[in-house]
Amino acid sequence: MSHKKSNRKNKNLKNQWKAWLYLTPMIILLLVFTVWPIFNTIRISFLCRWDEDLGAVVGYDYAKAIQGVKYQFGFNNFINVFTTGDSFLIALGNTMLLTVLTVPISTMLALLIAVALNSIKWLKKFFQTVFFLPYVTNAIAIGMVFAAMFGMVWPTPAKPPTSVGIINTIIEAFGGHYINWVDRGSPYWANIAVLVIYIVWNALPFKILVLLGGLQNVDKQYYDAAKVDGASRWRVFWRVTVPLLSPMIACVVITGFIGGFKEYTSVVGIFGDGMGPTGANGSLNTMVGFIYNYIPHNQGKASAAALILFVIIFIVTMINMYVSKKKTHY
Amino acid sequence: MKDNRKTDGISRKERVKKILVKVVTYLFLSVFALAMIFPFYWMLISSVKTVDEYNLSTPTLWPHDFRWDTYLTAFTGDLDLGRLFLNTVLVGVVSTLLSLVVTVLSAYAFARLEFKGKNLLFGAMLATMMIPGELFTVTNYITVSSFHWIYDLKEGPTFWNASLPYLSLIVPFLVSVFYIYLLRQNFMQIPNELYLAAKVDGASDLKYLWKVMIPLASPTLITITILKMMGSWNSYMWPQLVANDDLHRLVTVGLRGASFNIAGTNLIDYPLQMAAVVLVTVPLLLVFIFFRKYIMRGVSRSGIKG
Repeated sequence: MSHKKSNRKNKNLKNQWKAWLYLTPMIILLLVFTVWPIFNTIRISFLCRWDEDLGAVVGYDYAKAIQGVKYQFGFNNFINVFTTGDSFLIALGNTMLLTVLTVPISTMLALLIAVALNSIKWLKKFFQTVFFLPYVTNAIAIGMVFAAMFGMVWPTPAKPPTSVGIINTIIEAFGGHYINWVDRGSPYWANIAVLVIYIVWNALPFKILVLLGGLQNVDKQYYDAAKVDGASRWRVFWRVTVPLLSPMIACVVITGFIGGFKEYTSVVGIFGDGMGPTGANGSLNTMVGFIYNYIPHNQGKASAAALILFVIIFIVTMINMYVSKKKTHY
Repeated sequence: MKDNRKTDGISRKERVKKILVKVVTYLFLSVFALAMIFPFYWMLISSVKTVDEYNLSTPTLWPHDFRWDTYLTAFTGDLDLGRLFLNTVLVGVVSTLLSLVVTVLSAYAFARLEFKGKNLLFGAMLATMMIPGELFTVTNYITVSSFHWIYDLKEGPTFWNASLPYLSLIVPFLVSVFYIYLLRQNFMQIPNELYLAAKVDGASDLKYLWKVMIPLASPTLITITILKMMGSWNSYMWPQLVANDDLHRLVTVGLRGASFNIAGTNLIDYPLQMAAVVLVTVPLLLVFIFFRKYIMRGVSRSGIKG
């Protein structure tokens, strides 16, 4: 009896040793590139020093730190993020505006398309494939295509453009007037409109896929019951489809908000890493763009901004989850 | 008689309404399908137009004269697409292979082996998925700098100096908690009886993993391979930060950073730019056509792109 017990114990111990061996590469990599960064990023977000030449407090810079420059503990990086120039506030404003516009538009559109796709048989596979196409593309590359579609050919700034581009040509064909969407001197609202169109175009496939998956699992009997009651299509959509899909809608809204606050590559794709139309660099910067600007030479400030981003995403996700828990009917 | 006619009338009305709804549905879907496809169409036809035709005051929907030299220029010109492709494929293949090894080993430990703190460790790993990547990026930039994994232009291309930057593109992203989670789920579906039978036959754990688990989980492994390769192909932010030099640049960074200006003007050579975009996009579309099923599997379980 005792012999058997100790045998099993030995075997478990042997397995334990084996399990840790299998996990070793993963744990080492995770410690260096995931666990350590959590602590270190928090640490350096509080490190700063007074710079005599600049006459200002600057954040931790690794290249200077290894040369022996000393840094002190303080909250200046967080203060600097908000007060030095208005670039963070611009980035924060752009990011929020893009998120608030794109999440509802893309969710609503995806819902309508998913319901439409679910109601047809003929050509269903074809449409499904087409609506999934943007998912597999390169956000930067296709952003450049959108820039070409909305852009104008404008060789001399003093004279009107020689070609207004394909989108403007379509607008003019319908009797409208061409708009300077993305070029030099283009208005902010036009820039945002192009970004919203591109981000929605990019976000639709994932949302359609999730919502269509949800629709296919909905029990048909709910619809039969609604039919017996003589409910209109519109009523069925709001009273049956939307409540039954609420867990999937919550999923795409939450991931949409998280993705929205991390928006960056769509702006780079259309406007280049200047993050704005020619002559207005930085006017369309986002929070992630702001962080990346400071990573090479001021990791203290970059860390502070990254932590602020984390807190914002965390709070927004919590609010989303709280609301969806109250509104999800399941 | 009267009643019959009445129901006929209703059903005809219903039928008309039904057809109308169908027409509207197909119209709605077609309009948006067109919007989905149009950028791809525009990219393709623009890439074979002459610069003069592209710059016409009224853009043409079908090229008058086709030219193909843009595709050659994309490889031979300043863009040097061949070098970018080579770098990206090298980084993609090496990181996929290493990532698969790490993922398989850890997923196996989590799915089959017993050890203290298993659930705690797994839960902690899942929790790290909630933290935005930028928080890691700041410190990882410092870490790869301190390892001298960022190309030192002053030292020039000695063997080590030229090779190490590839590590900064590969190593920080070898562990993906999502892939481990995906594969663990798949491994756990494999019945335990197979494991016990293999033990009775005297097979070692590694042999069992290699001969039974990996073949059975191959769809998930293919999904991971495709997502990881697509990730390398599309990655922009980190490579632009640590490897934005002529030797190590990856394809997306090169594409965005290249100047497509026509010499001596401030006009962009859009046909050349679109040809480069086509060359970057086509491999992705091919992967999509041939591996659609596997991509969908991964996508439907996460919001992770690439």
